[in-house]
Amino acid sequence: MLKLEKICKVFNPGTINEKQAIRNLNFTLRDGDFVTVIGGNGAGKSTMLNLIAGVHTADAGSVVLDGQDITRLPEYRRARLLGRVFQDPMMGTAGNMGIEENLAMAYRRGKTRTLRWGITNEERELYRQKLKMLELGLEDRLSAKVRLLSGGQRQALTLLMATLQNPRLLLLDEHTAALDPKTAHKVLTLTEKIVCENSLSTLMVTHNMKDAIRYGNRLVMMHEGNIIYDVSGEEKKGLKVSDLLAKFEAASSGEFANDRMLLA
Amino acid sequence: MCRLPPCSGGETAEDGRNALYGRKSLPAQRMVEMMGGIIASVPGATAQGLVWGVMALGVYVTYKLLDIADLTVDSSLCTGGAVSAVLILSGMHPLLSLLFAVLAGMLAGLVTGILHTRLRIPAILAGILTQLGLYSVNLRIMGKSSVALLRQPVVISLGNIPMALFIGAVSAGAVVACLYWFFGTELGCAIRATGNNRRMVRAQGVDTDRMKIIGLVLSNGLVGLAGGLLAQYQGSANVNMGRGAIVIGLASVIIGEVVFGARFNFAYQLGAIVAGSVIYQIVIAFVLQLGLSTEDLKLFSAVTVAAALSVPVLKQRFVRTKAVSAPAEGGNRDAEA
Repeated sequence: MLKLEKICKVFNPGTINEKQAIRNLNFTLRDGDFVTVIGGNGAGKSTMLNLIAGVHTADAGSVVLDGQDITRLPEYRRARLLGRVFQDPMMGTAGNMGIEENLAMAYRRGKTRTLRWGITNEERELYRQKLKMLELGLEDRLSAKVRLLSGGQRQALTLLMATLQNPRLLLLDEHTAALDPKTAHKVLTLTEKIVCENSLSTLMVTHNMKDAIRYGNRLVMMHEGNIIYDVSGEEKKGLKVSDLLAKFEAASSGEFANDRMLLA
Repeated sequence: MCRLPPCSGGETAEDGRNALYGRKSLPAQRMVEMMGGIIASVPGATAQGLVWGVMALGVYVTYKLLDIADLTVDSSLCTGGAVSAVLILSGMHPLLSLLFAVLAGMLAGLVTGILHTRLRIPAILAGILTQLGLYSVNLRIMGKSSVALLRQPVVISLGNIPMALFIGAVSAGAVVACLYWFFGTELGCAIRATGNNRRMVRAQGVDTDRMKIIGLVLSNGLVGLAGGLLAQYQGSANVNMGRGAIVIGLASVIIGEVVFGARFNFAYQLGAIVAGSVIYQIVIAFVLQLGLSTEDLKLFSAVTVAAALSVPVLKQRFVRTKAVSAPAEGGNRDAEA
């Protein structure tokens, strides 16, 4: 359903900060795949997600989603097909607006904004039910401003917003990296639940190798802008962190020793 | 204060004052006269504050909701005034002329919006460019640097303060009602969210550039309306009438927030801005009565607004200094966090 073909992306071309973020990347995602993406800093994980989401436009190659070439489609026009959760909990929600107002924004993802009233009463009931599922007590605080919520609550809310209208593809960009371990675990469990219940095709970038092995049905490892390891099914289930570390070592001849991958 | 004799002059008041203070208390007597002048200026200042309140609402839309400091308003206010005045002189009904004042303001906002979004010029600079260009346009519209509306029909005038108060209140009230409705709609919500978190809004499938343009158009439309009302109120349009308008708008927004607090619903907050504008005009009338010359007024406004804008920062710094100095080292880390 998603096909990346021969993608290249260079940042700051022609300057001293030139960086080839993605090199001739090919990647195909099947319907219903839940793929975890790992790799060191600067491996191109986030860039790949941003190329799919339209934050960046590829220098070469094509992005095809559901048979439609979206390589040059502006970010806001792809949003109809994509649900996204960011690393920064502040990024996915509007802090000065209420919980229900944020959900209402997400409920209309990809639709034309008209002069109809921003939130209807039936919607409020729907939001209340959905929020109950998070088990964070947010269902009783519909009109509370989002800036009053904790990072974990905001990520859970963003996740709910990303999936309120079933997206064709869910993009999770290290969405638990900024959370404490306990909250991160809670948000990940919730992620798995939502993804399974709606059988969503998902791409999840993570720095945590254990999580990368535990969740999803397929794992890809990136290095220097390309995928160096792609494993799925039984083989993936049998993976150990030490296997992944060995792969990293082999790919980068030891430079990962200093990376924060080791801390994961 | 309310027990003072009537201050409109006349013999009874004079006698009353003499009886109250006697001959020796001349400073007190002067103070009473001054108070009288101040009280007498309140209705006019209130009417003017209501008209400026419409402009302050426009500034609020860009400055607070969209998080853009739009300097177009310094000229689009005059554009609105000039269009209204010229059309009235050519025989148009003053009420209808206000519609064209709104459209002219909107056009100015559209130019700034396109410069900012499509051509990626920083918002402040885009506003300054439009403002500068409009100065010439305003002179072209009027044909000279000012146009007087002598014995012309107007909807609001300082010659009839009670009527001006009524019209001013109706205009400001109508604008508050319209804005309350608009920012509750899907489109209005998307504009508010754009000012809050652009990335999130794009991820929800909204074209943030379009939202910014709509916000700027709406804002300058209101400013144009205020300009038209103001020209009719003071009986003339003048190429310098909008100079410092952005500062007056910001002052009104800040006063409204400080005095009435950012609580209750959105309509209350919009009303607070109009009230803030009225308070600002009364304060200005007050300092003018105290003897501040009109030439120094702009400096006074600028200093006031700079002080008001810096209050949150100074407050925070003060709190932090206290947090650092009170406990030894642990507190320092907390304060940094």
